Amino acid sequence: MRAVADWFFRHPVLGAGFFILILPFITPYTALAVMILVYGLYALGFNIMYGHVGLLSFGHSALLGGGAYACGIALVHLGLPWGACILAGTLAGTLIAFVMGALAVRTRGIYFAMVTLALSQVAYFGFYQAEPWTGGENGLRGVNLRTLGIPGLSLDFTTPAVRYTVIGLLVWGAVALLARILASPFGAAMLAVRENEARAKACGFDVRLVRLQAMTLSGAFCGLAGALLALHLSIVPIETLHYTTSGVAVMMAILGGSNTFFGPFVGAAVFLFLESVVSTRTEHWPLVVGVVFVLFILLARQGIWGTLVARLR
Amino acid sequence: MTILGFPPDLLVLQAFTGLALGAVYVLLAVGLSLIFGMLTVVNFAHGAFFMLGAYAGVFLLAAGGNFWVCLVGVPLLVGAVGLFVERFLVRRLYGRHIDDPLLLTFGLTYVFVELVRIGWGKQALPFDAPEILQGTVDIGIGYFPLYRLFVIGVTAAVLLGLWLFIERTRYGLIIRAGARDPTIVRVLGVDVGRVWLLVFGLGTGLAGLAGVLAAPLQGVSPEMGTTVLAEAFVVTVVGGMGSLVGGIVAGLLVGVTVAMSALLLPEMSKVAMFLLMAVVLLLRPQGLFGRAGLMS
Amino acid sequence: MQRRHILLGTAGLLAAPAILRAQGAGTIKVGFPVPLTGAYGAEAQDQVRAAEVAIREFNESGGLGGRMAELLVRDDRLNPGEAATRTLELVESDKVNFVVGGLSAAVQLAINNVTKQRGVIFNSISQSDAINERSDWSRTTFHEALNPHMTAGAVGRYAFSRLGKRVAFLTADYAYGHEMVRGFQRAGRAFGIETVADIRHPIGATDFSAFLPRLQALRPDVLFLCNFGRDLQIAVRQTTDFGLKRNTKLVAPLLLYTSRLAGGSAPFQGVIGGTSYYWKLEDSVPSAKRFNDRFRAQHGGRVPSDYGALGYGGVRTVLEAAKTAGTTETDKVVEAMRALRYDYYKGPQYYRGCDHQSVQSVLVVESKTTARDDVDVFDIVHTENPDEENLRSCSELGHG
Repeated sequence: MRAVADWFFRHPVLGAGFFILILPFITPYTALAVMILVYGLYALGFNIMYGHVGLLSFGHSALLGGGAYACGIALVHLGLPWGACILAGTLAGTLIAFVMGALAVRTRGIYFAMVTLALSQVAYFGFYQAEPWTGGENGLRGVNLRTLGIPGLSLDFTTPAVRYTVIGLLVWGAVALLARILASPFGAAMLAVRENEARAKACGFDVRLVRLQAMTLSGAFCGLAGALLALHLSIVPIETLHYTTSGVAVMMAILGGSNTFFGPFVGAAVFLFLESVVSTRTEHWPLVVGVVFVLFILLARQGIWGTLVARLR
Repeated sequence: MTILGFPPDLLVLQAFTGLALGAVYVLLAVGLSLIFGMLTVVNFAHGAFFMLGAYAGVFLLAAGGNFWVCLVGVPLLVGAVGLFVERFLVRRLYGRHIDDPLLLTFGLTYVFVELVRIGWGKQALPFDAPEILQGTVDIGIGYFPLYRLFVIGVTAAVLLGLWLFIERTRYGLIIRAGARDPTIVRVLGVDVGRVWLLVFGLGTGLAGLAGVLAAPLQGVSPEMGTTVLAEAFVVTVVGGMGSLVGGIVAGLLVGVTVAMSALLLPEMSKVAMFLLMAVVLLLRPQGLFGRAGLMS
Repeated sequence: MQRRHILLGTAGLLAAPAILRAQGAGTIKVGFPVPLTGAYGAEAQDQVRAAEVAIREFNESGGLGGRMAELLVRDDRLNPGEAATRTLELVESDKVNFVVGGLSAAVQLAINNVTKQRGVIFNSISQSDAINERSDWSRTTFHEALNPHMTAGAVGRYAFSRLGKRVAFLTADYAYGHEMVRGFQRAGRAFGIETVADIRHPIGATDFSAFLPRLQALRPDVLFLCNFGRDLQIAVRQTTDFGLKRNTKLVAPLLLYTSRLAGGSAPFQGVIGGTSYYWKLEDSVPSAKRFNDRFRAQHGGRVPSDYGALGYGGVRTVLEAAKTAGTTETDKVVEAMRALRYDYYKGPQYYRGCDHQSVQSVLVVESKTTARDDVDVFDIVHTENPDEENLRSCSELGHG
């Protein structure tokens, strides 16, 4: 048992692949499984800042939403092929994160949370007002991707299985890439900054630069998640940019365990699964979600995955 | 004569409206700031306590009380909930990471909102000001609702009381000292835990008072704390977290900014507040009064 | 080549659980996404109650040749993203035959975008002009509710002729608010109205005081409050506080029963507005009486709200159409719905050919002073009869 667990934790990329493979068989419907993939990636992207650099952002909705809108606009207004739309979303997330980061990395702790929150609100109203492009309050509709042209093959993206497979492969690729980056010297630099700022500085790290790089990286992954969200739902709701969407990322990361690589992904799965199951039983499901979250903060700060890792190792 | 295309009377009345609007922000921000200044806890549930205040008012009215009973009873009831939260939940997190209490109170928001929905239903409830405070009065430059003047008056009275409490009483001295350096205060033999408990109760009680004062302005609904939370944070951050004077100045400043932008650029009135915050933070990351100590 | 096989193999594998879950082809499934949680939970709950009335009625009358109907309620949380996910669930794994529902404009457009891509009938019971326009509309899209253009038009025609021609607008700054204003302006042309102010406020505002001194100074004959639900409640309360009622009549294009209950008797006293349904219609319309009685019997004596009634109308039309068509096959049910001439709860209605908008009457009501728990809160002061002339033309909407 211990050996199996150890293997699992040692090979996060293969582990993630296994998780993605079995996910549709344990969720009640495929659309939920896709949501878990997308939000899992979003939570992993968020956790680059929270778990690995130690900065709590309450503005990540701007990165997810920016990516979703950019992808949607590229498809609806510019008629670009799907690959280019996903790229557009990823780039938009990266760019917004860079701008937010450039403004916010001067601050620390609680102030970082507040500044990112304020900046994401500005992004919210910006997209809200740009109605001809974004649909304003009504959201962007018509992000309709039907046939997926892969050289030598054409797939119907509205088929649940195809949608899951395509998005699953992309998410898996992103997870693998992120795992590599975190294992690189840059990943070590981030940890150094998180653990002790003064010492990191003394070792020759430019603390602000590392934070800015991490934020930009985080934006790329969240932007990609946003693009996939837009394609999956075929709409982009303005609520994607609301600060409660940032709060969701926080809850997912905590629930799964922000000190582990894969924890936030597990958190996203548990959060969405719980929400979906409880909300069909009782309309007061936010009470259950709230109580569970509070209990995790009080009693199991390591999160679900974090506790498992600690127990089995 | 017109300024920017509007008669000066209207501009003055508009600014005055902004001050009245700011009064509620001030009560919220002062509570939030007090808690942060002392406990370094960012109370994400502040909006929920505001909402609880309005429902505590509904509860007291249904139990046979009147509006005046509410003004006294609501801060006590909500403050009591605050004491409970500090004693049994927040206290367990001292010494852990600074984000933890923030996250805890964030989760509590869900719990409070849902409990209220279970208790009083999902629909908004009407809440009327007492007969004697209804109607409008001529304040020289136009008609103004009497109740809004009353809210300004209550806010001013509460702030005065708070100032006297912090500056002139023994407890106030401990609070001021505790905010500067809790370790020294503890070494001097003061039970800092009790002070923190009290401050948390006081701050949440103020949020409750703000809620019951706002109830006749906007009615009562489980979601009423959500919008107000973002606004209260903006005010606190602009003023400088932990600074009471900052909370007061920024509350009024934000109120006037919202009111004036509503007249000049109505489409921008909601984002104006956040732009103000972004600008202040870029020029002075610690907020307008951030560096100054408590109540100085 | 090898790779492609693996890909398709995986896809087939993943599709398996979905196929296994598809079951009970016998029952007619009606998906019903509404915002049970969120600010309009009370309205949504009433929509569910009324939809249950339609389902029971259908089943008691023998169903579709013995096939019973079933309502699959889902909480869309007033969030278009959640609505889209839930609709995907309803269509892909529950294999519903029809979708009825929605309450906010954005949510109904999200549901519609999912159903139209998959050729599933969606009957919307929420207000918006956009859903009838060519870019959002599809052959499987139906709109049972009124739209802002219709309500604003009816209320405007009533107000301009009786209350005065110097008008001001206080409008929620989003599509729905703009649609309302456009409806009023269009209707006002014939009356030569003068617009003294057109003020936009952000949606979800909790304080309107910043807009009121200016309106106070302008003293319009009529102030149109073009906002919805809680925004409207707060706006009415605060305009009353600022004493605007002294010189100005307050008019809301859409005055909901639930808004009036939540807003209270005193602030709303004398406010005029439009609505699709008010339960007192039972005094003059037999079908309303019949519907109310069924509703009362099934739900402990309470009366249906306007949004509730729409839930009944929306579900009953698709079920009746299925009955006429003798099948649940989409194309045939669409044809049957297009041919429906119905009077289920508020007088005669039918779906217009080009955009499937339900052509129906609009009620103009005035709020009266009542005791706290009184359910009779409005007087019906005017009824505008169904007339295609009052809708935007098919060509304006981009249809053929």
